[in-house]
Amino acid sequence: MNRIDLLFKRKQNDILSVYFTAGHPEINSLAEILPALENAGVDLIEIGMPFSDPIADGPVIQKSSQTAISNGMSLKVLFEQLRNIEFNIPVILMGYLNPILQYGIENFLISCKEANVSGTIIPDLPLSQYLIQEETFIRNNIHNILLITPLSTDRRITDLAEKSRGFLYAVASSATTGSSSFHNADTSYFERIRSLNLKIPIIFGFGISCHADFIKACDWGSGAIIGSGFIKLLEHIESRKMDYTRTIADFVCRIKYGNSIQK
Amino acid sequence: MNNISAHPDSDGFYGDYGGAYIPEMLLPNIQELKEKYLEILESPSFIKEFTSLLRDYTGRPTPLFHSKRLSQKIGCSVYLKREDLNHTGAHKINNTIGQVLIAGFLGKSRIIAETGAGQHGVATATVCALKGLECIIYMGALDIERQALNVYKMKMLGAKVVPVHSGNKTLKDATNEAIRDWINHPEETHYIIGSVVGPHPYPDIVTRLQSVIGHEIKQQFKEKNPGKNPDYIIACVGGGSNAAGAFYPFISTDETQLIGVEAAGKGNETSMSAATLELGRPGIIHGSMTILMQDQDGQITEPYSISAGLDYPGIGPVHAWLDAKGLVKYLSVTDEEALQAAKDLTVLEGIIPALESAHAIAALYKMNFRSDETVVVNLSGRGDKDMSTYKKEFGDE
Ligand SMILES: Cc1ncc(COP(=O)(O)O)c(C=O)c1O
Repeated sequence: MNRIDLLFKRKQNDILSVYFTAGHPEINSLAEILPALENAGVDLIEIGMPFSDPIADGPVIQKSSQTAISNGMSLKVLFEQLRNIEFNIPVILMGYLNPILQYGIENFLISCKEANVSGTIIPDLPLSQYLIQEETFIRNNIHNILLITPLSTDRRITDLAEKSRGFLYAVASSATTGSSSFHNADTSYFERIRSLNLKIPIIFGFGISCHADFIKACDWGSGAIIGSGFIKLLEHIESRKMDYTRTIADFVCRIKYGNSIQK
Repeated sequence: MNNISAHPDSDGFYGDYGGAYIPEMLLPNIQELKEKYLEILESPSFIKEFTSLLRDYTGRPTPLFHSKRLSQKIGCSVYLKREDLNHTGAHKINNTIGQVLIAGFLGKSRIIAETGAGQHGVATATVCALKGLECIIYMGALDIERQALNVYKMKMLGAKVVPVHSGNKTLKDATNEAIRDWINHPEETHYIIGSVVGPHPYPDIVTRLQSVIGHEIKQQFKEKNPGKNPDYIIACVGGGSNAAGAFYPFISTDETQLIGVEAAGKGNETSMSAATLELGRPGIIHGSMTILMQDQDGQITEPYSISAGLDYPGIGPVHAWLDAKGLVKYLSVTDEEALQAAKDLTVLEGIIPALESAHAIAALYKMNFRSDETVVVNLSGRGDKDMSTYKKEFGDE
């Protein structure tokens, strides 16, 4: 069984997923960040595969991608790093289609499987094009997770929910990553999603950065994804030479419970 | 005569190339355009306003000039399609006039665009002034430094010019930023893309709007040479819009050999070139499957050309397809060859070409024409914007 499905079988609420970019701030940072997140009690991890032209991302993730590329990060290096780390929670790779195409889609999915990756999020692989590849994803037991947005029609949301595997990623506002805050998001969109009675879990993402956002996302869905907010923390850790494990545990506590129990 | 048309299928594919590889956030806008563009472009009210603006505002039809002294030098009959005589100095305005009208049909009040050299930015700012629309132009910070005159023109025309500091700070990054703006402001905004690039239906929209060039060539050439089509048509290719427009009515005729000219910068054997078809591989850039310059990991690389309008790392999917089909022959021309051609045209005909267009002229020297053959070169723009480069290269004597 896919680890994402196992997770949702065990736990339907208060799912916290954290995103960071592979190869940022340092080429080997993943080896510290991933275990620190798992130990801190995060449920899901999304690892960004850096791309030179990330059109759906705001400045924070753009910058981390650029740093990662100049650090020498590539799919090849990423898979090598992942194969050398032990982890038990579901890991999802998130990134753009072109590097995957150059690696070869089937090759990519095989490497995912070998590296214990459970899913993918590929923003510029639209549903119509994904469907051409769907069989290859399923055959390799890699869940491709699809996005919905406040401008998606009910019909479109239903179609995407049907084809998304593991969960459905609900982008909170019509925006690039990191650009607007979740607590301003339009609740009529959340109500609309709720009224559709979708069978698949909904995880909210984009603009979530604090405990209040997390609580709200958990009220309306199964949980939330934090991206830009966590990347900013990593930059802070790096620039002040702080301890990854402790600082990340503290961050996760503050998101989940609203206060740090570390101090 | 075969039955090939330069239009994509209903999903936006020209053979293997094209499509719309866009994030879900852009889907409603792209879907709306896809559903409505043909109906708009074919509606009598659009045609009427487009045609009358092209005539009374832009100055079309642009002349087809029999260039006698250049003909003598090359050894065949050379005609120049004078797109340089358009308002704002290049073919770019054919597209922006059409697209600002499309924005009107869609009820969009805010216009965004990317620009490299500033030609498309100026052409967009111009039509926004004409229609009283808000206009935001994304331009790489490096290009802003290099193209001060066009930046000022855009500002004087009332546009807001936003410097882009991401990536390499040039055209590709400006395009990314325009796409991000569209994601963040989906409802009121129309994105006027500047070439036959981007997700479907943009390549087809821009090709259709620029096809006025080719239709005029066909008619004007027949007036001068009754019953005949030119033996060759040559156009420079950055994204490929002036070329797609000039080639459009000739794609299915065997009578005319079409030649697209890419920029080879300092030479295709160096790392400083923009000859995408020669140096690129299939992949995705700005929502389109096409040929692009990239490293082995699929990161898009920065091209180089002395001509700011030709240094795009991709190429319109229609050209990737025309190349694969062998329907157009593509070659490339270095900075040095283009500069020489610009000088020749200036001295021989009294026409200072844009650096981009000088690449098309330079291709004349690379071909072997029979003396009875006829060639039309699409002179896509004038040299005003390039005077400081020319001065730097040729000196000040
Ligand atoms: C005069 C001129 N010609 C050609 C081009 C290249 O664009 P395209 O290949 O889309 O015609 C430009 C772009 O800025 C231009 O300004």
